[in-house]
Amino acid sequence: MDLYTEGDPIADTKAPDGPIETRWERHRFEGKLVNPANRRKLTVIVVGTGLAGGSAAATLAEQGYHVKSYCYQDSPRRAHSIAAQGGINAAKNYRNDGDSVHRLFYDTVKGGDFRSRESNVHRLAEVSVNIIDQCVAQGVPFAREYGGLLDTRSFGGAQVQRTFYARGQTGQQLLLGAYQALERQIGLGNVEMNARHEMLELVVVDGRARGIVVRDLVTGEISTEMADAVVLASGGYGNVFYLSTNAKGCNVTASWRAHRKGAYFANPCYTQIHPTCIPVSGDHQSKLTLMSESLRNDGRVWVPKAKGDNRNPKDIPEDERDYYLERIYPSFGNLVPRDIASRAAKNVCDEGRGVGPSGLGVYLDFADAIQRLGRKAIEAKYGNLFEMYERITGEDPYEVPMRIYPAVHYTMGGLWVDYDLQSSIPGLFVIGEANFSDHGANRLGASALMQGLADGYFVLPNTLPNYLANAGSFGKVDASHPQAVAARTAVEERIQKLLSINGDRTVDSFHRELGQIMWEHCGMERSEAGLRKAIDEIRTLRDEFWQRVRVPGDGEGLNQSLEKAGRVADFFELAELMCIDALHREESCGGHFRAEHQTPDGEAQRDDDRFAYVAAWEYTGTGQPVLHKEDLKFEYVHPTQRSYK
Amino acid sequence: MNLTLRIWRQKGPEDKGQMVTYQVPDVSPDMSFLEMLDVLNERLILEGEEPVAFDHDCREGICGMCSLMINGEAHGPQRGTTACQLHMRQFSDGDTIDIEPWRARAFPVVKDLVVNRSAFDKIIEAGGYITAPTGSAPEAHSAPVAKANADAAFESAACIGCGACVAACPNGSGMLFTAAKITQLSLLPQGQPERYTRVIGMVDAHDEAGFGGCTNIGECAAACPKGIPLNTIGRLNRDFLKATTKRAGTPGS
Repeated sequence: MDLYTEGDPIADTKAPDGPIETRWERHRFEGKLVNPANRRKLTVIVVGTGLAGGSAAATLAEQGYHVKSYCYQDSPRRAHSIAAQGGINAAKNYRNDGDSVHRLFYDTVKGGDFRSRESNVHRLAEVSVNIIDQCVAQGVPFAREYGGLLDTRSFGGAQVQRTFYARGQTGQQLLLGAYQALERQIGLGNVEMNARHEMLELVVVDGRARGIVVRDLVTGEISTEMADAVVLASGGYGNVFYLSTNAKGCNVTASWRAHRKGAYFANPCYTQIHPTCIPVSGDHQSKLTLMSESLRNDGRVWVPKAKGDNRNPKDIPEDERDYYLERIYPSFGNLVPRDIASRAAKNVCDEGRGVGPSGLGVYLDFADAIQRLGRKAIEAKYGNLFEMYERITGEDPYEVPMRIYPAVHYTMGGLWVDYDLQSSIPGLFVIGEANFSDHGANRLGASALMQGLADGYFVLPNTLPNYLANAGSFGKVDASHPQAVAARTAVEERIQKLLSINGDRTVDSFHRELGQIMWEHCGMERSEAGLRKAIDEIRTLRDEFWQRVRVPGDGEGLNQSLEKAGRVADFFELAELMCIDALHREESCGGHFRAEHQTPDGEAQRDDDRFAYVAAWEYTGTGQPVLHKEDLKFEYVHPTQRSYK
Repeated sequence: MNLTLRIWRQKGPEDKGQMVTYQVPDVSPDMSFLEMLDVLNERLILEGEEPVAFDHDCREGICGMCSLMINGEAHGPQRGTTACQLHMRQFSDGDTIDIEPWRARAFPVVKDLVVNRSAFDKIIEAGGYITAPTGSAPEAHSAPVAKANADAAFESAACIGCGACVAACPNGSGMLFTAAKITQLSLLPQGQPERYTRVIGMVDAHDEAGFGGCTNIGECAAACPKGIPLNTIGRLNRDFLKATTKRAGTPGS
């Protein structure tokens, strides 16, 4: 195949061995430390202020490092982690229902369809309990029982109730906790906060990440910021699909610019399509809204048994309804993991049994729950979600079943990192959704918040010192270094290029078209023919973009079209890599479903002999990336065909 | 439906600014308000004009970035709804809609409908937190919280920091925002040690940032998309009074 070449395998050289439950503790002990007096002489750049970036910046500043923090929003409190609704997993076993660190580890490895690293996931499960303690100490108002203790609920892919939550606003409350810790450090002068700034390039000097080039989105000023280490916490790339549950500003630029400078991109094709989103209503649609997975605790998913049955749902009798998740997966029922629920919804819609004006929707029905628990109880649990649904659709879900359809929600792929969360560029660390490390091919619900905070509060602050301990030998560099000047010049030239095309199509029109190609061919189901077609179409559209895009205004001052243009230009390059990755992975696993690789009853068919590895892609600039394979070993959780039946 | 928009256009902080009229035909009732503006902006770009700058991000009512004064009401006519969640079915064919930025001394206009709300961050920086460095936390169940307190703390914590309260207040006061955080943290056992130094720090920062004083008009709570209740300001006032009489920070007081 001419789309890529294969290079040397890659190994996680930081990966510890020995009994899994002792690995993290031993690794922390073996790492080098930085003396408190030396910490304040060291500068760390953190890009992004979500759960991972906000918590990392605050914690590193508490430890005494000088931190420079950047976000594109007008305040660090607005990062998209804020929109996470459902909850955060932790192996507290407060319910006495058989939970443990080992079970959370097991569920997460299995949920990821055996495509994540055991050591990383075990560490995640270990620190999950510390996260809850930390957040409670910060004043995060988790839901509580009448006795004053913390309440938990169940979530997809687990049979224990380990999900802590704050009504439907868990992400908001956790993020505000991290934001407040960050603001405290800003007030103390330990963090230099730069809101409305966007990272547009990474500065690499002598093989090490030493800074970034940023644009002040208000003044348009380009500046070069130097540091001893750079941390990317810039989130996921779901907006490559144009329509997703991500915020409009979410983008891949920071990660992609680092990738172009040598950071490997791992498993880009692993994207999560969330089963419970509000269906698309028309061509004007600018984003999709998630309805929390927690709704599947009480809502029952169904479609009519007959094709094209467009009666009012209330008029369809019980025996003419197909509660297909309960039918196909009796043991997990409506709480099967997201990848499985999404594909099942697609299948019934493909059969012509979808509901709503577009036929791309299934019912999520609360009638039984309202009858069993009373409307008041449902209101207390989900009131804000029901209101949001009504605002968007104009329908009252207490009376009419919700209509839902899958939408792009999260990206498991991301920049490749080792056990220390360091990328393939020394000094460049990647945390949160921006890295690839913990969720394998499918993320379980309530695990994103857990991973973001684990990385930022507890993992990175314990691994970064091992790198910074040698900072004395890195050599002094400033913004006048030729590599720094070259990075800055590249940014300026690219902006000028985008402004000078002055064509006849808007940035959004290109983005929408790219999104359609990706959704069609690299979405819930992928095939060799479709992916090849998509690669051709992406290349053609990308050429057209660079000839016909129109970016009004100039580079001086606030120019939202220019911001979007730069982001979409990077999405074009990423999109191609995603398709190449999806094409090369001739198996189905988690969120990556290849039509050619399914079991007789339509479930994902993994091929562990050929594909039990992380695909880490190296940028070459020739359009032909190089594949480096990192083999995955399973010593504790034996890979099996995932079954939720 | 066909609409007439009158939108505040202002090139930059120093520009005087003015209302400019645009016609927007064929608006679908299923569009969100911001999607309607997207459609206008797409057209303006193709016509060689500068699109209207406005802040937005999550478009699901939680990030607090959107900030539009619609027909003189912060976030528009629908109660408990941010501008990004407002849908066009709330309007009628032939309507004329005025769209302006937040107007308050503490929120200077950056461009068109975009304002600078960093004054809110300054208030949080001055005490809107519990000092709990990472790693120092006790076991989560070591301090139970009565459910009523936890629920009330949550209700105040729901603030999204959008600034509608300030925009709606004739005095340009940020007291509801400040009080929401004070209330959340003072209802929790973890918030007690810093309770009185916090309120003084935050109120001072509020005043320094150029927000006006609170005269209990209540427009703020009516405009709040998250329903932060007005009685949080009463709580703030009680804490503030206690703090000043107790000489916050004095041991034993």
